[in-house]
Amino acid sequence: MVTLNDYLLVSGLLFALGFAGVLLRRNIIIIFMALELMLNAANLSLVAFSRFNGTGGLPNYNGQMLVFFIITVAAAEVAVGLAIIVALYRARQTTNVDDLNALKF
Amino acid sequence: MSPILFWIFAALMLGFGAATILHRNPVASALSLVVSFLGLAALFFSLDAYFIGVIQILVYAGAVMVLFLFIIMLLDLKAEQSRQISLPVLLGGAAVVGLFVTQIGLVVRNYPAGNQAFPALAAKFDDASNIGMTLFSHYNLPFQVVGVLILVASIGVVVLSQRELK
Repeated sequence: MVTLNDYLLVSGLLFALGFAGVLLRRNIIIIFMALELMLNAANLSLVAFSRFNGTGGLPNYNGQMLVFFIITVAAAEVAVGLAIIVALYRARQTTNVDDLNALKF
Repeated sequence: MSPILFWIFAALMLGFGAATILHRNPVASALSLVVSFLGLAALFFSLDAYFIGVIQILVYAGAVMVLFLFIIMLLDLKAEQSRQISLPVLLGGAAVVGLFVTQIGLVVRNYPAGNQAFPALAAKFDDASNIGMTLFSHYNLPFQVVGVLILVASIGVVVLSQRELK
């Protein structure tokens, strides 16, 4: 039997993968993809809780609404973020975050 | 959903998620991410969230990943020649991630309520219709605010994409 804890564990592992990607990779586009992995891990636990807290034969739709809005905002975020990356690449001809250190103290 | 299918799709999602952050070639990373999102959509279906699962495939595996691939190919990014990871970064990252995973494991183990079965659902319910009703009644204002957000984002992208910012 698959329980809520299994879903939470899988979701936590997916978040850890995304977290590791943000910490370890130096390519800004891969970092951006790892951010998406973390957002999706949060979505998975939200949907699992929505199913777990269902009443009257229906899932709790408040959780699924939050997932809907997260997906919408993430799509807008990807569009703006990739536009910034393209502008950055035009200015510096690199996507390596180690070379983008103009703000470093 | 049977436990076997659950673990197959969970392994698919986690395996290709790991491939996303391990590949040196950005195109291979992006395609691994697509498969990872498809596995996640299957997990959404297993939780009876059909609408969210379809949205996940359409928006993430479809639109967002096409955008990623388009930008990778537009910038003509090559695979990294060597792994540019310094030892302190590797150790620090592994420590933080290891702590996080341990904490998640402990929390999940000490949460007995989560080991109960999921509550039974009605034999037949209209997922998309229920979501639509909730969205346009309880969440009408956030829905319109998100519409404004997307308008602002699309204008912002056009402004950012100009060759010379004024």
